[in-house]
Amino acid sequence: MTTPWSKRIGWAGADGLVLLLALFPILWIVMLSLKEPADVTDGRFIPKTFSLQNFKNVFDQDIFTKALLNSFGIALIATVIAVTLAAMAAYAIARLNFPGKAVILGSALMIAMFPPISIVGPLYNMWRNLGLYNTWPGLIIPYLTFALPLAIYTLTTFFREIPWELEQAAQIDGATPFQAFRKVIVPLAAPGVATTAILVFIFCWNDFVFAVSLTSTSAAQTVPAALSQFSGTSQFTAPYGSIAAAAVIVTIPIIILVLFFQRRIVAGLTAGAVKG
Amino acid sequence: MATTTSARTRSERKLGWMLCAPAVIVMIAVTAYPIVYSVYLSLLRADLRFPGDRAFIGLDNYVTVLGSSLWWADFGHTVLIMAVSVSIELVLGMLLALVMHRALFGRGLVRTASLIPYGIVTVVAAYAWLLAFSTPDGGFVPKIFHLQHDLVDQGHPVTSFLVVIAAEVWKTTPFMALLLLAGLALVPDEIQEAAKVDGASAWQRFWRITVPLMKPAILVALLFRTLDAFRIFDSAFIIGQNGTNPKIETVSILGYNQLLNRLNLGLGSAVSVLVFVCVLVLALFFIKVLGTERPGDAA
Repeated sequence: MTTPWSKRIGWAGADGLVLLLALFPILWIVMLSLKEPADVTDGRFIPKTFSLQNFKNVFDQDIFTKALLNSFGIALIATVIAVTLAAMAAYAIARLNFPGKAVILGSALMIAMFPPISIVGPLYNMWRNLGLYNTWPGLIIPYLTFALPLAIYTLTTFFREIPWELEQAAQIDGATPFQAFRKVIVPLAAPGVATTAILVFIFCWNDFVFAVSLTSTSAAQTVPAALSQFSGTSQFTAPYGSIAAAAVIVTIPIIILVLFFQRRIVAGLTAGAVKG
Repeated sequence: MATTTSARTRSERKLGWMLCAPAVIVMIAVTAYPIVYSVYLSLLRADLRFPGDRAFIGLDNYVTVLGSSLWWADFGHTVLIMAVSVSIELVLGMLLALVMHRALFGRGLVRTASLIPYGIVTVVAAYAWLLAFSTPDGGFVPKIFHLQHDLVDQGHPVTSFLVVIAAEVWKTTPFMALLLLAGLALVPDEIQEAAKVDGASAWQRFWRITVPLMKPAILVALLFRTLDAFRIFDSAFIIGQNGTNPKIETVSILGYNQLLNRLNLGLGSAVSVLVFVCVLVLALFFIKVLGTERPGDAA
């Protein structure tokens, strides 16, 4: 029985509506970035004249290229450390038996619910005293703290799905423990680890509260914080053209990540319940 | 034989704790110490502009904050944004989850498109919304309606609120949809089929079968989103013109302004401790009163 056309059109309409709503604001920012800098406040949706001047301006300003570097480096380092620490903890929680598992998961959850503003003040003070203010470690450490609960939860869920008996079966077949781990467990764990790394990276890349409170110059300022401090090409031009161009540039990695890893991300966020 | 078992159990325990230790240490050190320090600071008169003027003043800061109309105004703003955006997100998220789950075709495309608002930098999204609605900054929305006044300035709180809520809903509905999708995927198809055979309409099937079976997932999604919404900062900050619009100031922005703009550590810390207490109360409400399962309990 073929599906009736009315149903097909209905679902096509639903799909189209979702696409439109999800992507319309992005389209607007792209349009903004392609306007002439002087036209940025003219209130039109489609630019009068298309121009790449905003993108040139953005790269002329040191502040943005440095911010990109900061964002990328800090997010990468935080992701690597967070996934490593979380993998160890998740392995223990998923595989071993020891008291305190529930406490650890529970306190991880509590930390994820924490209002960042409640520790921004003391961190600001502490970091200034320790010389960590406006440095990469100064941001990496709070990112780790807030990324770890997310990473531990995601990895624990994935690790629980792994059939650990395969490791034993490989050893019975003659593999050493390390070979069994490397050839059997690692490939099974890799998707979960990849998903977790992506989710953590997105989290660090997007953060604003810590970035704007714990940094002040391009030594460590990440893109979200730098965006809020952009100035225009001259005293009289609004900076929004540059902001829009910077916004487009900073969104491209995310779009690439989402395009390639949509299935993984959905699996990670739905705790693996949903198949692609 | 008893000694061998307990030696193995003991070494398993030790390994378990050792593997968890680094993560736990990092998490606790960066949250426990600052929150304790925050509480301590909130009991002092501590202003970075007058470093010699520190004194222990007990609960005076809390009295000042709780007696201040600014705190209550911001608290009201925060609760309003939270209540409205979470309600809208629940409805839209459910619709989106249904599309993600049951669309006849284009499911991958829909999921990819919906993940983009989730992944995009919040500040970027906030700017998109701000610049679309802000008249002096070239918003196309005011132009379409031929409006002369600014929609997002201090003189127009209602429209400012609506823009902030729209920005929040746009950004986080996909996350809500994914949390609901997890619950939706667990509703067994056979029950739906059986109900269809018995003549139940799609509407009836939704309300009598799907929703009740999804109740745990719905509560977890609500818990996460409500706590997230109460802590809102990024969108309200940017749309509020870098935190200068008092009409859409939230409690987190208040804390930020006190601590980092006015450098008043005592009052700012009192605000942040109060925010922490509110979040705790909300969480307890969800878990104890509404019976939300803690994720990981049902694993």
